Amino acid sequence: MSIDHATVRRIARLARIAVAEAELPALADELGRVLALADALAAASDAHAVEPMAHPHAQALRWRDDVVSETDHADEWLALAPEARADLYVVPKVIE
Amino acid sequence: MSGGGIAQLAQALRARRVSARALAERALAAARARSDLNAFITLSEDAALAAADRADAALARGDAAPLAGIPFAHKDIFCTRGIRTTCASRMLERFVPPYDATVVERLAAAGAVAIGKANLDEFAMGSSNENSHFGPVRNPWDATRVPGGSSGGSAAAVAAGIVPFATGTDTGGSIRQPAAFCGITGLKPSYGRVSRFGMIAFASSLDCGGVLARSAEDCAHVLAAIAGHDPRDATSVAHPAEDYVAALSTTLKGIRIGVAREYFGAGVADGVAAAVRAALAECERQGARLVEVSLPHAHLAIPAYYVIAPAEASSNLARYDGVRYGHRCDDPQSLEDLYTRSRAEGFGREVRRRILVGTYALSAGYYDAYYLRAQRVRRLIADDFAAAFATVDLIAGPTTPTVAFRLGEKAADPLAMYAADVNTVAVNLAGLPALSLPAGFSEGLPVGLQLIAPAFAEARLLAAGYQLQLATDWHLRQPTGAK
Repeated sequence: MSIDHATVRRIARLARIAVAEAELPALADELGRVLALADALAAASDAHAVEPMAHPHAQALRWRDDVVSETDHADEWLALAPEARADLYVVPKVIE
Repeated sequence: MSGGGIAQLAQALRARRVSARALAERALAAARARSDLNAFITLSEDAALAAADRADAALARGDAAPLAGIPFAHKDIFCTRGIRTTCASRMLERFVPPYDATVVERLAAAGAVAIGKANLDEFAMGSSNENSHFGPVRNPWDATRVPGGSSGGSAAAVAAGIVPFATGTDTGGSIRQPAAFCGITGLKPSYGRVSRFGMIAFASSLDCGGVLARSAEDCAHVLAAIAGHDPRDATSVAHPAEDYVAALSTTLKGIRIGVAREYFGAGVADGVAAAVRAALAECERQGARLVEVSLPHAHLAIPAYYVIAPAEASSNLARYDGVRYGHRCDDPQSLEDLYTRSRAEGFGREVRRRILVGTYALSAGYYDAYYLRAQRVRRLIADDFAAAFATVDLIAGPTTPTVAFRLGEKAADPLAMYAADVNTVAVNLAGLPALSLPAGFSEGLPVGLQLIAPAFAEARLLAAGYQLQLATDWHLRQPTGAK
């Protein structure tokens, strides 16, 4: 499994993680080697015959009564924000 | 705390031979005296002493809860209201949760006294505790060696005698592997047995809260406090927990232990295999029957795990965006710049690597070949266990292929590090409970025996561990300098 620099840039963009040009060679090498582990999965010929397993236990999601279970904690959560003003999260201007 | 199991401590507290406050002060002093281990990220002295005083008052009134006054440490992945919860990440360096995890609530309700937050690999991603923003933890048996990970601080704190038990989480071996490396007992319950509410998410279909302690008996006491249904976790199971302590008296007589051939494969050190076989021979002397079993897809567990876990991590960790909480970069030029630089700065190298691997595996064009394929192999691995459990009660093997390795030894090579999980990850993929028990020594370092049980058979698992520990003293050995 070989990963080129363009692929690392594309994946980093999807993951919203800034990657410096200087980091590309090492990252490409590491990602290539980790993803090569998955080659063994392709060789598992009996995998076609079974359903994918997303979760350890087959259990239906439970219903709960439609009642209020949480009170208003907006102030506590906003207090954790790097920047907040007037009950709003503040980010750099999105629309010019 | 030498020789003081939870039951003995609880008895001493009830007889008022020792106070909860004295135990808390002793544990805090021990944690400070062993700062060389770097086992703690935060010590919560004020909260601990207040909890100890409440325990003493309840003990004086005679209405104390089962674990009243027992000091312990929380892995710093469990949210604690008003106490910083970092997950060993720069991203959450200043995060003070406004709520408690269910495990935190339940241990508080049981009267146990949390003295602080134990170090771990960042976001529980690692097998050596070298991936912590707060520095590596050292193994109490040999300071040049790793304690294992990701619950390395929890394991080191228990092994060094600072606390009788600590909470941990296990996504691919993060309780059992450090327990093995540090010569203590580690229980990973069945998926769904312990609530994940308030436990910072890594891979949600694998993450499991559990216990690190000196003995299987102590694990039973703690599991009794934390197990059970929680409506705040949709994957928490509904059926009631068993009486894990009462079940300990079930002997090994007639218990069929499947010795998994694949768990003694290439890469398993001779000394480790020999110690584990000797421990199994002791089980046989106690009346257990050893049967060889095969888990034919065991070699695919690492490949499947290292697709599924990063995929789930890339999704879970998308929440850290520099907007709502956590690290934000200085002077963002745009929203995109805010996201990408905050995440690049906030996450360490291994976390970034796993997010990228997971993003790749879930991306258009690769989803079927990686993620879906790994989920099919996950089914094959779970089916292997189901087939084996048709003929045996427990499955056994070495918890880890080697004893604790040296700091830095595998840090440069992710694949060498991942191989440390070769015998543990399959259990998480299948959602089963497993226990790592001290099983002697090799090269002067502890060896772990892993016992695996069918889903929700924790009582059987803990009883087997307890019975083995009645007949052996490996779990009582402590490193030099232990408190």
